[in-house]
Amino acid sequence: MLNSAKDHPPLISLEDVQKWYGAFHALKSISLSVRKGEKIVLCGPSGSGKSTLIRCINALETIEEGTIVVEGQVLDGSTKSIDAIRREVGMVFQSFNLFPHMTVLQNCTLAPMRVRGASRTDAERLARKYLERVRILDQAEKYPAQLSGGQQQRVAIARALCMEPKVMLFDEPTSALDPEMVKEVLDTMIGLARDGMTMICVTHEMGFARQVADRVIFMASGEIIEEAEPEVFFKSPKHERTKTFLGEILAHH
Amino acid sequence: MSYRFDFGAVLDRAPELLWASLGTLGLALAGMLLALVIGILGVVARTSKSEIARTPVIVFVEVVRNTPFLVQIFFIYFALPLMGIRLNPTVTAIMALGINGGAYAIEIIRGGVESVSRGQIEAGFALGLHKADVFRLIVLKPALRAIYPSLTSQFIMLTLTTSVCTSIAAYELTSAAQRIESDTFRSFEVYFMVTAIYLVISTMMMGLFALISRHYFNYPTR
Repeated sequence: MLNSAKDHPPLISLEDVQKWYGAFHALKSISLSVRKGEKIVLCGPSGSGKSTLIRCINALETIEEGTIVVEGQVLDGSTKSIDAIRREVGMVFQSFNLFPHMTVLQNCTLAPMRVRGASRTDAERLARKYLERVRILDQAEKYPAQLSGGQQQRVAIARALCMEPKVMLFDEPTSALDPEMVKEVLDTMIGLARDGMTMICVTHEMGFARQVADRVIFMASGEIIEEAEPEVFFKSPKHERTKTFLGEILAHH
Repeated sequence: MSYRFDFGAVLDRAPELLWASLGTLGLALAGMLLALVIGILGVVARTSKSEIARTPVIVFVEVVRNTPFLVQIFFIYFALPLMGIRLNPTVTAIMALGINGGAYAIEIIRGGVESVSRGQIEAGFALGLHKADVFRLIVLKPALRAIYPSLTSQFIMLTLTTSVCTSIAAYELTSAAQRIESDTFRSFEVYFMVTAIYLVISTMMMGLFALISRHYFNYPTR
Protein backbone atom coordinates (compact mmCIF):
# COMPACT_ATOMS: atom_id res chain seq x y z
CA MET A 1 0.00 0.00 0.00
CA LEU A 2 2.82 2.30 0.88
CA ASN A 3 4.47 1.62 -2.47
CA SER A 4 1.43 2.50 -4.54
CA ALA A 5 1.04 5.69 -2.50
CA LYS A 6 4.56 6.68 -3.42
CA ASP A 7 3.64 6.93 -7.08
CA HIS A 8 1.51 9.99 -6.42
CA PRO A 9 2.87 13.47 -5.79
CA PRO A 10 2.43 14.58 -2.19
CA LEU A 11 -0.91 16.10 -1.26
CA ILE A 12 0.75 18.31 1.30
CA SER A 13 4.34 19.32 1.39
CA LEU A 14 6.13 21.56 3.82
CA GLU A 15 9.65 22.61 3.12
CA ASP A 16 11.94 24.24 5.60
CA VAL A 17 9.09 25.98 7.41
CA GLN A 18 10.09 28.47 10.09
CA LYS A 19 7.82 30.24 12.50
CA TRP A 20 8.49 32.67 15.31
CA TYR A 21 6.26 34.17 17.96
CA GLY A 22 8.32 37.24 18.64
CA ALA A 23 11.64 35.87 19.87
CA PHE A 24 10.24 32.36 20.39
CA HIS A 25 11.19 30.00 17.60
CA ALA A 26 8.02 27.90 17.37
CA LEU A 27 8.77 25.85 14.26
CA LYS A 28 12.35 25.09 13.29
CA SER A 29 12.96 24.10 9.73
CA ILE A 30 10.05 21.72 9.38
CA SER A 31 9.92 19.58 6.26
CA LEU A 32 7.17 17.08 5.81
CA SER A 33 5.29 15.56 2.95
CA VAL A 34 2.01 13.76 3.16
CA ARG A 35 0.68 11.57 0.37
CA LYS A 36 -2.92 11.02 -0.53
CA GLY A 37 -4.54 8.60 1.84
CA GLU A 38 -1.76 8.77 4.41
CA LYS A 39 -2.56 9.01 8.10
CA ILE A 40 -0.05 10.90 10.18
CA VAL A 41 -0.08 11.11 13.94
CA LEU A 42 1.80 14.05 15.42
CA CYS A 43 2.77 13.79 19.04
CA GLY A 44 5.08 15.47 21.47
CA PRO A 45 5.09 17.39 24.74
CA SER A 46 2.92 20.49 25.04
CA GLY A 47 4.53 23.53 23.50
CA SER A 48 6.44 21.38 21.03
CA GLY A 49 4.80 23.08 18.05
CA LYS A 50 2.58 20.25 16.82
CA SER A 51 -0.65 22.28 16.91
CA THR A 52 1.13 25.27 15.43
CA LEU A 53 2.36 23.05 12.62
CA ILE A 54 -1.08 21.87 11.51
CA ARG A 55 -2.53 25.36 11.97
CA CYS A 56 0.02 26.65 9.48
CA ILE A 57 -1.24 24.21 6.86
CA ASN A 58 -4.64 25.91 6.64
CA ALA A 59 -3.22 29.37 7.26
CA LEU A 60 -4.67 29.92 10.73
CA GLU A 61 -1.06 30.79 11.51
CA THR A 62 1.36 32.55 9.22
CA ILE A 63 4.87 31.33 8.62
CA GLU A 64 8.00 33.43 8.36
CA GLU A 65 10.00 31.21 6.03
CA GLY A 66 9.65 28.11 3.94
CA THR A 67 6.95 26.84 1.63
CA ILE A 68 3.70 25.03 2.13
CA VAL A 69 2.00 23.40 -0.86
CA VAL A 70 -1.41 21.74 -0.68
CA GLU A 71 -2.75 19.98 -3.77
CA GLY A 72 -0.37 21.92 -5.98
CA GLN A 73 -1.46 25.23 -4.48
CA VAL A 74 1.38 27.22 -2.95
CA LEU A 75 0.33 28.99 0.22
CA ASP A 76 1.69 32.46 -0.47
CA GLY A 77 -0.45 34.46 1.92
CA SER A 78 -2.75 35.75 -0.82
CA THR A 79 -6.51 35.50 -0.24
CA LYS A 80 -6.74 33.38 -3.36
CA SER A 81 -4.26 30.78 -2.15
CA ILE A 82 -5.72 30.74 1.37
CA ASP A 83 -9.24 30.25 -0.03
CA ALA A 84 -8.10 27.47 -2.33
CA ILE A 85 -6.31 25.63 0.45
CA ARG A 86 -9.07 26.01 3.02
CA ARG A 87 -11.50 24.51 0.54
CA GLU A 88 -9.43 21.33 0.49
CA VAL A 89 -8.51 21.15 4.15
CA GLY A 90 -10.96 20.40 6.94
CA MET A 91 -10.14 20.98 10.58
CA VAL A 92 -11.40 19.65 13.88
CA PHE A 93 -10.51 21.54 17.04
CA GLN A 94 -9.91 20.50 20.60
CA SER A 95 -12.79 22.66 21.82
CA PHE A 96 -15.21 21.62 19.03
CA ASN A 97 -16.04 25.24 18.16
CA LEU A 98 -19.55 24.50 16.98
CA PHE A 99 -21.60 27.66 16.42
CA PRO A 100 -23.92 27.82 19.46
CA HIS A 101 -26.67 29.80 17.73
CA MET A 102 -27.11 27.33 14.91
CA THR A 103 -28.64 23.87 14.97
CA VAL A 104 -26.47 20.88 14.17
CA LEU A 105 -27.84 20.91 10.64
CA GLN A 106 -27.22 24.66 10.21
CA ASN A 107 -23.66 24.21 11.49
CA CYS A 108 -23.14 21.72 8.68
CA THR A 109 -24.84 23.63 5.87
CA LEU A 110 -23.33 27.07 6.54
CA ALA A 111 -20.02 26.64 4.73
CA PRO A 112 -21.26 24.58 1.78
CA MET A 113 -23.87 27.29 1.13
CA ARG A 114 -21.67 30.34 1.74
CA VAL A 115 -18.37 29.04 0.41
CA ARG A 116 -19.31 26.51 -2.24
CA GLY A 117 -22.54 28.23 -3.22
CA ALA A 118 -24.59 25.07 -2.72
CA SER A 119 -28.38 25.36 -2.61
CA ARG A 120 -30.07 24.74 0.73
CA THR A 121 -31.49 21.45 -0.55
CA ASP A 122 -28.11 20.18 -1.69
CA ALA A 123 -26.35 21.41 1.44
CA GLU A 124 -28.91 19.69 3.67
CA ARG A 125 -28.65 16.46 1.71
CA LEU A 126 -24.88 16.55 2.13
CA ALA A 127 -25.18 17.42 5.81
CA ARG A 128 -27.55 14.53 6.45
CA LYS A 129 -25.21 12.16 4.66
CA TYR A 130 -22.25 13.10 6.86
CA LEU A 131 -24.28 13.34 10.05
CA GLU A 132 -25.43 9.81 9.29
CA ARG A 133 -21.84 8.78 8.81
CA VAL A 134 -20.82 10.07 12.25
CA ARG A 135 -24.02 8.45 13.56
CA ILE A 136 -25.67 11.58 14.89
CA LEU A 137 -28.34 12.33 12.32
CA ASP A 138 -31.06 11.96 14.97
CA GLN A 139 -29.74 15.12 16.66
CA ALA A 140 -29.80 17.27 13.52
CA GLU A 141 -32.36 19.76 14.83
CA LYS A 142 -30.71 20.23 18.24
CA TYR A 143 -28.39 23.02 19.30
CA PRO A 144 -24.76 22.28 20.27
CA ALA A 145 -25.39 23.06 23.95
CA GLN A 146 -27.92 20.22 24.05
CA LEU A 147 -25.30 17.64 23.06
CA SER A 148 -22.56 15.89 25.01
CA GLY A 149 -18.92 16.67 24.27
CA GLY A 150 -18.48 13.50 22.26
CA GLN A 151 -21.57 14.24 20.20
CA GLN A 152 -20.41 17.81 19.63
CA GLN A 153 -17.05 16.63 18.39
CA ARG A 154 -18.70 14.17 16.00
CA VAL A 155 -20.85 17.01 14.66
CA ALA A 156 -17.68 19.06 14.23
CA ILE A 157 -16.19 16.21 12.18
CA ALA A 158 -19.35 16.04 10.05
CA ARG A 159 -19.30 19.82 9.61
CA ALA A 160 -15.75 19.66 8.26
CA LEU A 161 -16.61 16.70 6.01
CA CYS A 162 -19.49 18.65 4.46
CA MET A 163 -16.90 20.72 2.62
CA GLU A 164 -15.66 17.42 1.13
CA PRO A 165 -12.05 18.15 1.98
CA LYS A 166 -9.12 16.15 0.66
CA VAL A 167 -7.31 16.34 4.00
CA MET A 168 -8.53 16.45 7.57
CA LEU A 169 -6.51 18.07 10.33
CA PHE A 170 -7.29 17.04 13.90
CA ASP A 171 -5.99 19.27 16.68
CA GLU A 172 -6.16 17.18 19.86
CA PRO A 173 -9.75 16.17 19.11
CA THR A 174 -10.23 14.10 22.26
CA SER A 175 -8.29 16.18 24.81
CA ALA A 176 -11.30 18.15 26.01
CA LEU A 177 -13.53 15.11 26.33
CA ASP A 178 -14.56 13.12 29.36
CA PRO A 179 -12.90 9.70 29.21
CA GLU A 180 -16.11 7.83 28.42
CA MET A 181 -16.61 9.93 25.27
CA VAL A 182 -13.15 9.53 23.82
CA LYS A 183 -13.96 6.20 22.20
CA GLU A 184 -16.93 7.40 20.14
CA VAL A 185 -14.81 10.16 18.62
CA LEU A 186 -11.83 7.88 18.00
CA ASP A 187 -14.12 5.28 16.40
CA THR A 188 -15.43 7.96 14.07
CA MET A 189 -11.87 8.92 13.16
CA ILE A 190 -10.90 5.29 12.61
CA GLY A 191 -13.88 4.90 10.29
CA LEU A 192 -12.77 7.94 8.37
CA ALA A 193 -9.24 6.57 8.11
CA ARG A 194 -10.54 3.21 6.82
CA ASP A 195 -12.45 5.07 4.11
CA GLY A 196 -9.16 6.43 2.85
CA MET A 197 -9.22 10.01 4.14
CA THR A 198 -5.86 11.73 4.33
CA MET A 199 -5.42 12.75 7.95
CA ILE A 200 -2.98 14.59 10.15
CA CYS A 201 -3.84 14.12 13.80
CA VAL A 202 -2.28 15.83 16.75
CA THR A 203 -3.13 13.44 19.55
CA HIS A 204 -1.79 11.59 22.54
CA GLU A 205 -4.02 8.59 21.85
CA MET A 206 -1.29 6.07 21.19
CA GLY A 207 -3.79 3.26 20.69
CA PHE A 208 -5.24 5.24 17.81
CA ALA A 209 -1.75 5.86 16.45
CA ARG A 210 -0.95 2.13 16.55
CA GLN A 211 -4.20 1.26 14.86
CA VAL A 212 -4.40 3.73 11.97
CA ALA A 213 -1.20 5.73 11.55
CA ASP A 214 1.06 5.15 8.59
CA ARG A 215 3.67 7.30 10.27
CA VAL A 216 4.05 8.69 13.77
CA ILE A 217 5.96 11.93 14.04
CA PHE A 218 7.46 13.06 17.31
CA MET A 219 8.08 16.76 17.81
CA ALA A 220 9.85 18.62 20.58
CA SER A 221 10.92 22.27 20.88
CA GLY A 222 9.57 23.09 17.43
CA GLU A 223 11.50 20.36 15.65
CA ILE A 224 10.65 17.01 14.16
CA ILE A 225 12.81 14.71 16.26
CA GLU A 226 11.79 11.37 14.90
CA GLU A 227 9.36 9.80 12.50
CA ALA A 228 8.62 6.16 11.85
CA GLU A 229 5.93 3.62 11.22
CA PRO A 230 4.03 2.95 14.45
CA GLU A 231 5.55 -0.55 14.85
CA VAL A 232 9.05 0.85 14.81
CA PHE A 233 8.17 4.06 16.62
CA PHE A 234 6.75 2.35 19.67
CA LYS A 235 9.06 -0.67 19.76
CA SER A 236 12.40 0.92 19.10
CA PRO A 237 12.45 4.71 19.28
CA LYS A 238 15.88 6.05 18.45
CA HIS A 239 16.09 9.32 20.31
CA GLU A 240 16.35 9.81 24.03
CA ARG A 241 13.59 12.45 24.04
CA THR A 242 11.22 10.13 22.22
CA LYS A 243 11.93 7.38 24.74
CA THR A 244 11.30 9.71 27.66
CA PHE A 245 8.09 10.99 26.10
CA LEU A 246 6.78 7.52 25.33
CA GLY A 247 7.69 6.38 28.83
CA GLU A 248 5.63 9.21 30.32
CA ILE A 249 2.68 8.87 27.98
CA LEU A 250 2.41 5.09 28.09
CA ALA A 251 2.72 5.04 31.87
CA HIS A 252 -0.62 6.83 31.99
CA HIS A 253 -2.42 4.43 29.69
CA MET B 1 -51.58 72.73 51.48
CA SER B 2 -54.06 74.90 49.64
CA TYR B 3 -53.41 73.48 46.17
CA ARG B 4 -56.52 71.82 44.69
CA PHE B 5 -55.88 69.05 42.19
CA ASP B 6 -57.75 69.38 38.95
CA PHE B 7 -56.94 66.95 36.17
CA GLY B 8 -59.88 68.16 34.06
CA ALA B 9 -57.93 70.78 32.14
CA VAL B 10 -55.19 68.26 31.38
CA LEU B 11 -57.53 65.46 30.45
CA ASP B 12 -59.13 67.80 27.91
CA ARG B 13 -55.76 67.77 26.18
CA ALA B 14 -55.38 63.98 26.35
CA PRO B 15 -55.43 63.48 22.56
CA GLU B 16 -52.55 65.92 22.25
CA LEU B 17 -50.57 64.00 24.89
CA LEU B 18 -51.33 60.74 23.14
CA TRP B 19 -50.12 61.98 19.76
CA ALA B 20 -47.03 63.46 21.36
CA SER B 21 -46.38 60.10 23.03
CA LEU B 22 -46.39 58.50 19.61
CA GLY B 23 -43.90 61.18 18.56
CA THR B 24 -41.66 60.18 21.46
CA LEU B 25 -42.01 56.52 20.58
CA GLY B 26 -41.17 57.24 16.96
CA LEU B 27 -38.08 59.28 17.83
CA ALA B 28 -36.95 56.58 20.26
CA LEU B 29 -37.38 53.69 17.81
CA ALA B 30 -35.75 55.54 14.91
CA GLY B 31 -32.94 56.68 17.21
CA MET B 32 -32.35 53.13 18.43
CA LEU B 33 -32.26 51.73 14.93
CA LEU B 34 -29.71 54.33 13.90
CA ALA B 35 -27.73 53.72 17.10
CA LEU B 36 -27.70 49.98 16.42
CA VAL B 37 -26.47 50.49 12.87
CA ILE B 38 -23.79 52.93 14.02
CA GLY B 39 -22.92 50.56 16.86
CA ILE B 40 -22.42 47.53 14.63
CA LEU B 41 -20.59 49.36 11.83
CA GLY B 42 -18.53 51.18 14.44
CA VAL B 43 -17.46 47.91 16.02
CA VAL B 44 -16.44 46.50 12.65
CA ALA B 45 -14.16 49.50 12.15
CA ARG B 46 -13.09 49.62 15.81
CA THR B 47 -11.93 45.98 15.80
CA SER B 48 -10.28 46.10 12.40
CA LYS B 49 -6.53 45.69 11.99
CA SER B 50 -6.27 49.00 10.14
CA GLU B 51 -5.43 52.02 12.24
CA ILE B 52 -7.07 54.27 9.65
CA ALA B 53 -10.37 52.53 10.37
CA ARG B 54 -9.91 52.36 14.14
CA THR B 55 -8.80 55.89 14.98
CA PRO B 56 -11.84 57.84 13.75
CA VAL B 57 -14.12 55.51 15.70
CA ILE B 58 -12.11 55.96 18.89
CA VAL B 59 -12.22 59.74 18.45
CA PHE B 60 -15.95 59.67 17.67
CA VAL B 61 -16.74 57.60 20.76
CA GLU B 62 -14.65 59.80 23.04
CA VAL B 63 -16.07 63.07 21.69
CA VAL B 64 -19.68 61.93 21.95
CA ARG B 65 -19.35 60.33 25.36
CA ASN B 66 -17.56 63.32 26.85
CA THR B 67 -19.89 66.08 25.72
CA PRO B 68 -23.48 66.82 26.80
CA PHE B 69 -26.34 65.55 24.67
CA LEU B 70 -27.96 69.00 24.75
CA VAL B 71 -24.88 70.55 23.19
CA GLN B 72 -24.76 67.80 20.56
CA ILE B 73 -28.34 68.40 19.50
CA PHE B 74 -27.82 72.19 19.46
CA PHE B 75 -24.73 71.66 17.37
CA ILE B 76 -26.67 69.73 14.74
CA TYR B 77 -29.66 72.07 14.83
CA PHE B 78 -28.01 75.48 15.09
CA ALA B 79 -24.38 75.09 13.99
CA LEU B 80 -24.66 72.78 11.00
CA PRO B 81 -27.03 75.12 9.06
CA LEU B 82 -24.15 77.60 8.93
CA MET B 83 -22.28 74.96 6.94
CA GLY B 84 -25.26 74.49 4.68
CA ILE B 85 -26.74 71.44 6.41
CA ARG B 86 -30.28 72.33 7.45
CA LEU B 87 -32.33 69.58 9.10
CA ASN B 88 -35.86 69.76 10.50
CA PRO B 89 -36.37 69.13 14.24
CA THR B 90 -37.50 65.53 13.80
CA VAL B 91 -34.54 64.55 11.63
CA THR B 92 -32.19 66.46 13.93
CA ALA B 93 -33.58 64.67 16.97
CA ILE B 94 -33.21 61.22 15.35
CA MET B 95 -29.68 62.05 14.20
CA ALA B 96 -28.65 63.29 17.64
CA LEU B 97 -30.22 60.34 19.44
CA GLY B 98 -28.71 57.86 16.96
CA ILE B 99 -25.25 59.39 17.11
CA ASN B 100 -25.25 59.65 20.88
CA GLY B 101 -26.70 56.18 21.40
CA GLY B 102 -24.43 54.80 18.70
CA ALA B 103 -21.28 55.93 20.50
CA TYR B 104 -22.35 54.09 23.64
CA ALA B 105 -23.53 51.12 21.58
CA ILE B 106 -20.10 50.80 19.96
CA GLU B 107 -18.43 50.32 23.33
CA ILE B 108 -21.13 47.93 24.56
CA ILE B 109 -21.19 45.78 21.41
CA ARG B 110 -17.39 45.72 21.30
CA GLY B 111 -17.46 44.02 24.68
CA GLY B 112 -19.81 41.42 23.23
CA VAL B 113 -17.65 40.82 20.17
CA GLU B 114 -14.60 40.36 22.38
CA SER B 115 -16.48 37.82 24.47
CA VAL B 116 -16.84 35.51 21.46
CA SER B 117 -14.04 32.98 21.66
CA ARG B 118 -11.20 33.04 19.15
CA GLY B 119 -12.03 29.41 18.37
CA GLN B 120 -15.39 30.39 16.88
CA ILE B 121 -13.70 32.75 14.46
CA GLU B 122 -11.01 30.21 13.59
CA ALA B 123 -13.64 27.55 12.93
CA GLY B 124 -15.27 29.95 10.48
CA PHE B 125 -11.97 30.66 8.73
CA ALA B 126 -11.07 26.96 8.63
CA LEU B 127 -14.36 26.30 6.84
CA GLY B 128 -13.31 28.82 4.22
CA LEU B 129 -15.59 31.70 5.21
CA HIS B 130 -14.36 35.23 4.69
CA LYS B 131 -14.00 37.82 7.41
CA ALA B 132 -17.28 39.61 6.68
CA ASP B 133 -19.26 36.36 6.77
CA VAL B 134 -17.50 35.26 9.94
CA PHE B 135 -18.52 38.51 11.64
CA ARG B 136 -22.05 38.61 10.29
CA LEU B 137 -22.96 34.93 10.56
CA ILE B 138 -20.84 33.62 13.42
CA VAL B 139 -19.80 36.43 15.74
CA LEU B 140 -22.65 38.94 15.71
CA LYS B 141 -25.53 37.01 17.22
CA PRO B 142 -23.68 35.50 20.20
CA ALA B 143 -21.99 38.89 20.71
CA LEU B 144 -25.33 40.72 20.84
CA ARG B 145 -26.73 38.10 23.14
CA ALA B 146 -23.84 38.51 25.57
CA ILE B 147 -24.42 42.24 25.96
CA TYR B 148 -28.17 42.38 25.36
CA PRO B 149 -29.05 43.57 28.91
CA SER B 150 -26.55 46.47 28.74
CA LEU B 151 -27.58 47.40 25.24
CA THR B 152 -31.28 47.48 26.04
CA SER B 153 -30.80 49.52 29.20
CA GLN B 154 -28.81 51.95 27.07
CA PHE B 155 -31.78 52.03 24.69
CA ILE B 156 -34.16 52.79 27.56
CA MET B 157 -31.84 55.69 28.39
CA LEU B 158 -32.08 56.79 24.77
CA THR B 159 -35.88 56.63 24.95
CA LEU B 160 -35.93 58.91 28.00
CA THR B 161 -33.36 61.23 26.43
CA THR B 162 -35.92 62.06 23.73
CA SER B 163 -37.30 64.52 26.29
CA VAL B 164 -34.21 66.69 25.75
CA CYS B 165 -35.33 67.07 22.13
CA THR B 166 -37.92 69.51 23.43
CA SER B 167 -35.08 72.03 23.29
CA ILE B 168 -35.32 72.17 19.51
CA ALA B 169 -39.12 71.89 19.58
CA ALA B 170 -39.19 68.36 18.19
CA TYR B 171 -42.60 66.77 18.24
CA GLU B 172 -42.55 64.67 21.40
CA LEU B 173 -44.10 64.31 24.83
CA THR B 174 -42.15 66.79 26.93
CA SER B 175 -42.69 69.68 24.53
CA ALA B 176 -46.42 68.91 24.46
CA ALA B 177 -46.33 68.93 28.26
CA GLN B 178 -44.67 72.33 28.31
CA ARG B 179 -47.27 73.68 25.91
CA ILE B 180 -50.19 72.37 27.97
CA GLU B 181 -48.62 73.61 31.18
CA SER B 182 -48.21 77.14 29.87
CA ASP B 183 -51.83 77.12 28.67
CA THR B 184 -53.38 75.66 31.83
CA PHE B 185 -50.87 76.45 34.61
CA ARG B 186 -51.57 72.94 35.90
CA SER B 187 -47.90 72.03 36.41
CA PHE B 188 -48.42 69.21 38.87
CA GLU B 189 -51.16 67.51 36.90
CA VAL B 190 -49.34 67.84 33.59
CA TYR B 191 -46.00 66.47 34.81
CA PHE B 192 -47.68 63.80 36.88
CA MET B 193 -49.42 62.54 33.74
CA VAL B 194 -46.28 62.84 31.66
CA THR B 195 -44.23 60.95 34.24
CA ALA B 196 -46.77 58.14 34.15
CA ILE B 197 -46.72 58.08 30.35
CA TYR B 198 -42.90 57.85 30.26
CA LEU B 199 -43.11 54.99 32.72
CA VAL B 200 -45.59 53.20 30.46
CA ILE B 201 -43.42 53.80 27.39
CA SER B 202 -40.30 52.45 29.14
CA THR B 203 -42.19 49.42 30.38
CA MET B 204 -43.55 48.73 26.91
CA MET B 205 -40.05 49.08 25.53
CA MET B 206 -38.71 46.52 27.99
CA GLY B 207 -41.51 44.19 27.01
CA LEU B 208 -40.60 44.63 23.37
CA PHE B 209 -36.92 43.91 24.13
CA ALA B 210 -37.87 40.75 26.00
CA LEU B 211 -40.00 39.64 23.06
CA ILE B 212 -37.21 40.25 20.57
CA SER B 213 -34.80 38.37 22.82
CA ARG B 214 -37.12 35.38 23.05
CA HIS B 215 -37.33 35.12 19.28
CA TYR B 216 -33.85 36.11 18.22
CA PHE B 217 -31.85 34.45 21.00
CA ASN B 218 -33.89 31.27 21.13
CA TYR B 219 -30.92 28.89 21.32
CA PRO B 220 -29.74 27.27 24.56
CA THR B 221 -26.32 28.03 26.01
CA ARG B 222 -24.45 25.75 28.33
